[in-house]
Amino acid sequence: MLNNLEKSTSEAHAYTPGLKVKKSTIVTKQRILPIPGEVLVKVGDKVDFDTIVARAKVPGKPNIIRAADLLNIQAENLPAFMLKKEGDIVAEGEVIAKYTPLFGLIKRFVRSPVKGIVESISDMTGQVIIREPPELVEIKSYIPGRVRDVIPKRGVIIETQAAFIQGIFGIGGERHGEIYFACESPSEVLTGENIDDNLMGKIIVGGSLATLDSLKKASQVGAAGIVVGGIKGVDIKEYLGYEIGVAITGHEEIPITLVVTEGFGKMNMSSRVFNLLKEFEGLEAAINGATQIRAGVIRPEIIIPHENHSIGEEEKSLEKGMGPGTLVRIIREPYFGKIGIVVSLPVELLNIETESSVRVVEVRIDEGNVIVPRANVEIIEE
Amino acid sequence: MEYILATDVGSTTTKARLFKKIHGEWRYLLSGEAPTTVEAPYENVIMGVRNAIREIEELTGLKILSEDGKIIKPHSDGRGVDFYCSTSSAGGGLQMMVAGVIKTMTAESANRAALGAGAIVMDVIAVDDGRPDYQKLDRIRHLRPDMILLAGGTDGGTTALVMQVAELLAAADPKPRLGADYKLPLVYCGNVDARPAIKRLMEDKFALSIVDNIRPVLEVENTEPARRAIHELFMEHVMSHAPGYPELMSWVDIDILPTPAGEGMAMQLIAYMEKSNVLGVGLGGATTNVYSVVDGRFVRSVSANLGMSYSICNVMKETGVNNIIRWIPFKIDEETLVDMLRNKMIRPTTIPQTLRSLIVEHAVAREALRLGLQHHKTIATRLKGAKMAQRMIGDMFEYMLKETYIEMMKIDVIAGTGGLLSHAPRRVQSMMIMIDAFQPEGVTRMYQDSVFMMPHLGVLSRAFPDIAWNIFDKDCLVRLGTVIAPAGVLKGGEEALSIKMELPEGRILEKDIHFGEIVRLPLAEKSRSKITISPKHNLDAGAGPGKTLETEIEGGVVGVIIDARGRPLQLPQDDRERRRTLLGWFESLDAYPKEIMEGWKEG
Repeated sequence: MLNNLEKSTSEAHAYTPGLKVKKSTIVTKQRILPIPGEVLVKVGDKVDFDTIVARAKVPGKPNIIRAADLLNIQAENLPAFMLKKEGDIVAEGEVIAKYTPLFGLIKRFVRSPVKGIVESISDMTGQVIIREPPELVEIKSYIPGRVRDVIPKRGVIIETQAAFIQGIFGIGGERHGEIYFACESPSEVLTGENIDDNLMGKIIVGGSLATLDSLKKASQVGAAGIVVGGIKGVDIKEYLGYEIGVAITGHEEIPITLVVTEGFGKMNMSSRVFNLLKEFEGLEAAINGATQIRAGVIRPEIIIPHENHSIGEEEKSLEKGMGPGTLVRIIREPYFGKIGIVVSLPVELLNIETESSVRVVEVRIDEGNVIVPRANVEIIEE
Repeated sequence: MEYILATDVGSTTTKARLFKKIHGEWRYLLSGEAPTTVEAPYENVIMGVRNAIREIEELTGLKILSEDGKIIKPHSDGRGVDFYCSTSSAGGGLQMMVAGVIKTMTAESANRAALGAGAIVMDVIAVDDGRPDYQKLDRIRHLRPDMILLAGGTDGGTTALVMQVAELLAAADPKPRLGADYKLPLVYCGNVDARPAIKRLMEDKFALSIVDNIRPVLEVENTEPARRAIHELFMEHVMSHAPGYPELMSWVDIDILPTPAGEGMAMQLIAYMEKSNVLGVGLGGATTNVYSVVDGRFVRSVSANLGMSYSICNVMKETGVNNIIRWIPFKIDEETLVDMLRNKMIRPTTIPQTLRSLIVEHAVAREALRLGLQHHKTIATRLKGAKMAQRMIGDMFEYMLKETYIEMMKIDVIAGTGGLLSHAPRRVQSMMIMIDAFQPEGVTRMYQDSVFMMPHLGVLSRAFPDIAWNIFDKDCLVRLGTVIAPAGVLKGGEEALSIKMELPEGRILEKDIHFGEIVRLPLAEKSRSKITISPKHNLDAGAGPGKTLETEIEGGVVGVIIDARGRPLQLPQDDRERRRTLLGWFESLDAYPKEIMEGWKEG
């Protein structure tokens, strides 16, 4: 009896919320400084992709100098041989300590390796710490729009009307560029040959797969990014020069941003995404490959600011979950990538090939009706 | 007391477990689960906790939450619970940075203390860690830990080196992860003579806490005071800055513990109650925790990026694709496997629908556990400073020993927990995964968590050890059975051992097993059997090479597995032969559906 009760609850939340694909919605972005600083815009201001909205001074790098060792003296004697005191400003190469025993026959000096301020002189370790001047950190708006809120000393929230498309996985950070189609259909493979030399700054839309060659060519011509259905895991490794271990990306040092909409391997881009992008061909979009897969999931995104369409209905509440008629995508073998319509949601647990007893959903796909675990479908949000 | 409620606020799911006193005995009643709400857009952990509790309310009809959403305590008039406790690993758990003077001495001891307290150690900084100062400074500046543990020097020894590390930390001035508006907690557990200087240097910049030296003399490691301080600061500083936690802290009857600390206590409880050496593993989606309790010494290691969902590709990265493929009994090419694993990484909540997918995940699990144990052995080491001190006085004996003290022959119990192990469709699958990965030697009992509740019972054991053990024993621990695996290697097909087992019904079972075979014998849960194990040649079943061992073994839901595949376990080099061998092992243990495996025999 206890076991039955456990089973009935264990999968109560087993469904994957779908990726958002919206023609027109209000997109908000929080732009926050890593440490407190100064906000440069005010509520209501209009901003562009590259407007600097906030900045802060990060304390400069500390430099540790083993001064007592360099002078060959005991740590406790260091203060006596210092030419600078704590708080003094020093130039790069300036002598900060001097030891000249034996009537000056031996001369030992310590010079500052950098320009900065003497932060501490330790008579316990014989170390001197010189801090470099503060570094400036600036935050850009990333998307054009209006400043909705200002968080004093920390940053802003920008709001814009836009088309909003989430990918499943990406690499590379925030960039923007004009949407350009290099493939005719969602099933076409994007190769290096599809990419012309004049695509500098463009966001290139491919079909089912971006080859390694296409990634290299896009980087070479200075494209802003690639949006594509699938990518091979081995090609990502080859392109980056290393294997991605954990699903936290966005900080790769690469010249383009890649947004994958379906998954790994050759996978047709969903026609909804393809057609939506097609509608906005030629418009300027912001993209970000940053992906983080855990609670508070971050998915890569394409944001196309526009005012051409009225905003659709408020998004359907995902809490309603699936029901007959819901459009879903199957996200695991043996029907990976298939899109279908929910036919039924059997209440009882069903045995699948692995012999696991799981909650399932019956889905109608082109090949007929199939049974899949509920955990292996995602709702396509309309 | 009639009802106890325990929650674990995990990084993805908040899991509530309800325990009830039934006919004078404490039992697990049922579970409620809900997504954790610590991160945006919710940013209030309480919402997830309430949702998980509401699920329990719906299933039992027991009202636990009051109108204003608080837990009703104590239980009266058919409402509420009598005791509530929780563990937490939301938002990445407790993330610490550790610093010491010598990498293999104080820094290593500090690392063990932090791990033992349930932390994820982001980096270990030491004077001699091989990195120049500017690199260390850069690293510290960019890490945003929840807490720092600083060790260094024996009591009465030199203070200069520990101050060198302290000055490095002070200059780097790291900021706490959960906000720049409060002081980062720092626990100092080094040379007592440096305390005044540490106070002067650190008091303004950090929330400083000073405890007994972790290595007062080289021969002694005293991690307990540091561990206690970490737990206190975890509540006082870290938890109180996480969204929603101040309220959760006001709900619990005992301090919230990091999830791995709760899991570790559960492993210690097994070791204590069974008076055995235990090797435990928590195989999660993001991390693999390995615990050992050997001769009373408890050590935990965490491989932060070895897991079955978010970090599944890191297992592949660390071990290499071929090491995963070697556990797969059907043909699969590298490119297909890589894409399968990458797709699991980006859609971590999906479950295998085909047997092929299931076996691929089980192959990865073997490697995650194997690497986890390998890592654990680097943490579960003899005190290195002590070894040097002994050498100085001319005693070279210690020097001859291996660095780790984890010897599989000395492990009595292996216990596993985590989604993949618990959800394996046949229990023999999880037992085999653990056997292949850990390669136990001699006679070893195998347990696993029935429904993930080890952290819950671990934290509960702090307040009510007897209640926790009763639930543990009755409802949590699934006794898989016993594995008998002689150490050593013979030629394939050679006679390896013979066994004589007195079955509970009085029947005597005798069997000869050849090298390379693995067989499964029935012995039900809670049954015991006297067994005589006679290994051939130089194989060692625990009594010494070639010596007969008479002992008593415990049954389980799987039974007894005699593993005569040798230690270390070798798989054939030839691909076709390897697949054939694997299929033979799976078939012998009845590990997977036979009809599907039949189809893999050709080719």
